[in-house]
Amino acid sequence: MRVLQLQVNGDTLETAAPVHWTLLEVLRYRLGLVGSKQGCDKGDCGACTVLLDGKPVLSCLTLAANAVGHEVTTIEGLAPKPETTSEPALDPIQRAFDDCGALQCGFCQPGMMLSARALLNTNAHPTRKEIQQALSGNLCRCTGYTQIVQAVETAVARVSGKTEPDCAWVAELARDRAQIDSAPNEASPSSTTPGPGAPS
Amino acid sequence: MKNFEMALPNSVDEAVGLLPKTLSDDRARLLAGGQDLLTEMKEYLVEPDLVVNLKSIPDLDGVVWASDGSLEIGALTTLASLEKDASIAAAFPALVQAAASIASPQIRSAATVGGNLNQRPRCWYYRSEDYPCLKKGGTECFSYYGKNRYNAILGGGPSYIVHPSDLAPALVALGAEVQLISPRGERVLTLEEFFVLPSEGDVLRETRLAADEVLTRIRVPAPAAGQRSIYLKFKERDAYDFALAAVALVLQTDGDKLASCRLVLGAVAPVPWRCTRTERKLAGRPLGEELVALAAQDALADAEPLSENGYKVPLTQGLIAEAFEALTI
Ligand SMILES: Cc1cc2nc3c(=O)[nH]c(=O)nc-3n(C[C@@H](O)[C@@H](O)[C@H](O)COP(=O)(O)OP(=O)(O)OC[C@H]3O[C@@H](n4cnc5c(N)ncnc54)[C@H](O)[C@@H]3O)c2cc1C
Ligand code: FES
Ligand code: FES
Repeated sequence: MRVLQLQVNGDTLETAAPVHWTLLEVLRYRLGLVGSKQGCDKGDCGACTVLLDGKPVLSCLTLAANAVGHEVTTIEGLAPKPETTSEPALDPIQRAFDDCGALQCGFCQPGMMLSARALLNTNAHPTRKEIQQALSGNLCRCTGYTQIVQAVETAVARVSGKTEPDCAWVAELARDRAQIDSAPNEASPSSTTPGPGAPS
Repeated sequence: MKNFEMALPNSVDEAVGLLPKTLSDDRARLLAGGQDLLTEMKEYLVEPDLVVNLKSIPDLDGVVWASDGSLEIGALTTLASLEKDASIAAAFPALVQAAASIASPQIRSAATVGGNLNQRPRCWYYRSEDYPCLKKGGTECFSYYGKNRYNAILGGGPSYIVHPSDLAPALVALGAEVQLISPRGERVLTLEEFFVLPSEGDVLRETRLAADEVLTRIRVPAPAAGQRSIYLKFKERDAYDFALAAVALVLQTDGDKLASCRLVLGAVAPVPWRCTRTERKLAGRPLGEELVALAAQDALADAEPLSENGYKVPLTQGLIAEAFEALTI
């Protein structure tokens, strides 16, 4: 056992763990920060990605002892701390992943978003190729990479004040919202035209 | 992974003092970025009692340009920092191309140059706990009769691993030397001599590094006037992967002739495979298609593919042709 003092998401946290424990194990099984996922546990999938002094690393291949003295950012610390308790703040990347439907099971998502954050911290206007390269160490088994890349492009575009390119999902959502907003009242469509299963 | 003690030495001398004297004693292991060692420990391929963490030693990280234009790379320099270095990209394109081709951004943030050159084979029989293969002290190289599509076509026997490092072929082609420090002092080897074939040395190892030695620095000689270089790597997938075949080429031209070249193949042999005979044949010849064809043919003339890896011959020949074309046509 060794006492570890870690800087995680702006807090100083102290815990004790065996010397051979990885940063991932300490985050999940000592500090209760289970957002970092244990996928392959050997460097292949990127689900355990965290930022160490802003750089993306695999927490499954980092000994916890080697994270001492460095600033660790996990998915729990990606969003800026809320000013008020009622308003959950989100990183633009998180907002864009949500809007673009860039997730299904969500297992890959913490790692994807932190890899994307690491990219945007050093390159505010990446090309599609640069986004693909930055995310190449993160595997997704369900969503597919198209929406994920679109989500990062959407976050980039929004932060730089552009509305385009936006992902297809966002455009569709905006159309739906516009339609709802322009309808005379919310209940009107179903009350005027009963659907096939409606009671007669 | 088995638990261990971690040593945090303050100097190379202190670190080497903690290492065992003989190769058969594997109670201690050096740790750099851990991107290879931890995967080996998780598979119980190595189970050290002591892990000697090189990260606590100052001055092993970073690069220094000497006044003669040569480059000294500290063993703890990360692949990510090499990849982003514009002055290295200008002087030694092959080195930066090789660094950028390795693994994923996350692994490159942590992986070091010293760890890359000392990483262990990826042959799946070696990596699987279930196979007591030759590389782990067993009696047989299972790839010879088994699943061998990723194994060696040159220099194989009795083990048919391929050396997995991408930096190694590029650095051998650039004529790099390595500084090694042990309790007996310092020695310098060319990187080419640092690697040993399984038939020449101890089949359990890939290098001449002694049990109590640390690789501290890599020196890349100043580029000769007009020197050009390239590293080409072919992978099965576009995202990160180990090479199926790779080519490092460094050359100089003299008018419309090839003055000299260094051609080193990756992922086809148990060591970075220098094509010395081919280099000699090519020197002084006129540039053009004939030279490219001769290079591709001669470099693979001695290939002895196993049952499943014959594809590596035309694949490597194609990469050699592409490398020569990129630098001379
Ligand atoms: C998913 C994945 C993909 C990968 N893809 C590639 C790839 O495409 N190309 C490639 O080349 N590699 C690849 N690798 C291997 C990768 O681990 C190495 O490239 C990395 O550079 C190892 O460096 P490290 O500092 O992490 O080494 P460590 O893991 O710390 O050390 C590796 C070995 O070298 C020894 N060692 C370390 N430093 C020294 C030193 N200074 N002196 C003497 N011995 C030393 C250690 O004892 C250990 O045995 C991949 C690895 C993974 C997990
Ligand atoms: S859990 Fe770390 S890379 Fe898969
Ligand atoms: S959303 Fe399921 S792994 Fe990516």
